[in-house]
Amino acid sequence: MELSELWFVLIGVLFVGFVFLEGFDFGVGMATKFLAKNNMERRVLINTIGPFWDANEVWLLTAGGAMFAAFPHWYATLFSGYYLAFVLLLLALIARGVAFEYRGKHDNPNWFKTWDWAIFLGSILPPFLLGVLFTGLIKGLPINADMEMNASFFGDLVNVYTVIGGIVFVMLVYLHGLMFISLKTDGDLRERARKVAQKMYLATGLGVVVFIASTAMYTEAFADRGAILIPVYGVAVVLYLFLYPLLKNKKEGLSFTMTGLILILVTASFFVVLFPNVMISSVDPSYSISLYDAASGAYSLKVMTIVAGIFVPIVLAYTVWSYYVFRKRVTNKEHLEY
Amino acid sequence: MSELILARIQFASTTVFHFFFVPLSIGLAFIVALMETLYVVKKQEIYKKMSKFWGKFFLINFAVGVVTGIIQEFQFGMNWSDYSRFVGDVFGPPLAIEALLAFFLESTFIGLWIFGWNRLPKKIHLLSIWLVSFGTAISALWIMAANSFMQNPVGYTIQNGRAEMNDFLGVLTNEKLLVAYPHTIFASLTTAAFLVGGISAWNLLKKRHVDFFKRSAVIALIIGFVSSLGVAFSGHTQAQYLVKEQPMKMAAAEALWDDSGDPAAWTVIAGIDTDNKENTFQWDIPYALSFLSYGKFSGEVKGMNTIQQEYEQLYGEGNYIPPVKTTFWSFRIMVAAGVLMILLSLIGLILNWKQKLPTSTRFLKWMIPAIFLPYIANTFGWIMSEIGRQPWVVNGLMLTAEGVSPSVSSGQILFSLIAFSLIYTILAIVMIFLFVKVNKQGPYAPDTEDANVADPFSTGRVG
Repeated sequence: MELSELWFVLIGVLFVGFVFLEGFDFGVGMATKFLAKNNMERRVLINTIGPFWDANEVWLLTAGGAMFAAFPHWYATLFSGYYLAFVLLLLALIARGVAFEYRGKHDNPNWFKTWDWAIFLGSILPPFLLGVLFTGLIKGLPINADMEMNASFFGDLVNVYTVIGGIVFVMLVYLHGLMFISLKTDGDLRERARKVAQKMYLATGLGVVVFIASTAMYTEAFADRGAILIPVYGVAVVLYLFLYPLLKNKKEGLSFTMTGLILILVTASFFVVLFPNVMISSVDPSYSISLYDAASGAYSLKVMTIVAGIFVPIVLAYTVWSYYVFRKRVTNKEHLEY
Repeated sequence: MSELILARIQFASTTVFHFFFVPLSIGLAFIVALMETLYVVKKQEIYKKMSKFWGKFFLINFAVGVVTGIIQEFQFGMNWSDYSRFVGDVFGPPLAIEALLAFFLESTFIGLWIFGWNRLPKKIHLLSIWLVSFGTAISALWIMAANSFMQNPVGYTIQNGRAEMNDFLGVLTNEKLLVAYPHTIFASLTTAAFLVGGISAWNLLKKRHVDFFKRSAVIALIIGFVSSLGVAFSGHTQAQYLVKEQPMKMAAAEALWDDSGDPAAWTVIAGIDTDNKENTFQWDIPYALSFLSYGKFSGEVKGMNTIQQEYEQLYGEGNYIPPVKTTFWSFRIMVAAGVLMILLSLIGLILNWKQKLPTSTRFLKWMIPAIFLPYIANTFGWIMSEIGRQPWVVNGLMLTAEGVSPSVSSGQILFSLIAFSLIYTILAIVMIFLFVKVNKQGPYAPDTEDANVADPFSTGRVG
């Protein structure tokens, strides 16, 4: 395997890790509106992700940084081409991050209400935008001969397929968040999280089916990568079928694992379809940017591989440790920091 | 307005705004860590209160620093895609490594610190804040390594139509980085010291918690004095470096149009006429520029007109003179603010030595507006550094005008500029509101959360 291929995989892993981890805290953010009934419940929910959300977000920052370093052309084309999407993503992440920290620092109903909206919108918008972005990537975009993308807002960026992608992503992330809540809270909130997940089960499953069908309809994904894509989607569907009995039997840990694995497979599927391209041109296949075209030189990649080889295990170790430290369920009977 | 101008305004505003928070995060993490160390070593409750109280300011500030930092990471690709294509190979790795080494460390251990007061053993909790402090400091190291490449490109070769890295250690030992990094770290410590000092002064004036704020003030004054001297010395080293490696920036910072002659006089202030490339008047101190530049009372410094001619030989036709007035005055504002900080912290230390600090009303009153001095110095320091590099985005390699994204329209940039400016204004107001609130509550306010524990069914009221 060439180093550029390794870095394509690593960036895929970073996005997958981001969706898995920040996925549940986006879901928890959505639940502050959909599930929580009062201020105390909202606080409990926010505190379940309190020690983690910031580090989870770093997965996205690292993915962006790694893209810049390993594939400058990918980074440049994608970030300038999806300009508005990234502006919205940034605004959402700014509002959300500050909201977690500031919400509890002042005692006033309007203050809470404002930050609650920031948390909700800041949690629902990013997964939607990511869904739109990932589906857009595999559908193909108007990349020209100079690697520049001049996409129309309606049509190239926002169309039936990408909107389906965005909505399904939001649903999966919300489900994943509910599973996290059932794992990390107790009592009524824990029960309700599972019940809402059961109620959402059919609709979300339908969403997944629609998503797979429209991938077949609107993209060349099956034609190009069917041999890997069919098993990936197949396993995701099977796991989804397993989820229902697990929910029914209150197997919270396994249910969380299932929603996590499904998100991992769906996110990974985008990178499976893209490979070996990083941007697929809808104008002319020869304008598609391959990972080899986009990559940095061998020296840079080698340096980064060494640095990552040393530090990724360290980062993973203290990340796991921090989840271990805060393994207890969060309830309103104890000191709540946020 | 053109895409270029808008993209530049956006970069300037997002970066300047981000850098209101970064130095305070770096400095305050260190000061809080120091206070918690005193708590763990001396076992005195007051130092725990101190680290919690100043820790609140740290967290309020840190949150904005983190979220505005995401923009920094993304906006190169968004607004400066051609720049990103050209330098990504060298400039990207420090950013990626910054995320991996620093961002994960900061964000994980800040979570452990905030939520770990009752869950972690004391020493592990203390270690957490030190790791946060270390994380903020190495974060600065990597981003400064990237910026230093823009100021003084090293460790690369031009290949495949772009700059490709061929010496990673070279990038990390860039002379510019070695002089700029200590300058930035000292400036950060100064920023935190003057915030702690100013807020302590306010409370001492009101005679609130005198013991607590006197101790805080003394810690702040010591750190403030040492670090403001550090800023001055490292700044001086940096200026000498600039004379050597970025002579155009330094000549602009001195409004030196023609060669100085030997020995070189230092211009305190000048009336600058950029059209005729001359000064209408100037106040000079003889010998001083030679001394500042070379550490001796002789030696000539090249003027902008000479360097312009040299650059035309090297790079072809073009105007290589940066905006002189901005560079010149930014430099002076920065230096003046720095000198005031040294004097203030020195006076404070003398007053404390004479045991008069809590009663020196006039000095305490000065310390409150002095909170803004480091912000002024930081901002104008960066303006001097970045404006003084123009018209280059990478000195001698790429013009700023060549870096902008070809596929982004001015309307899109204008939209994002307005949106970011709006959210930044709101954040700044909210942050100041919370700073004032935390200060008014004081270090001995009961935690709102503790009230909650007593009444677990309380729903609406408790924050």
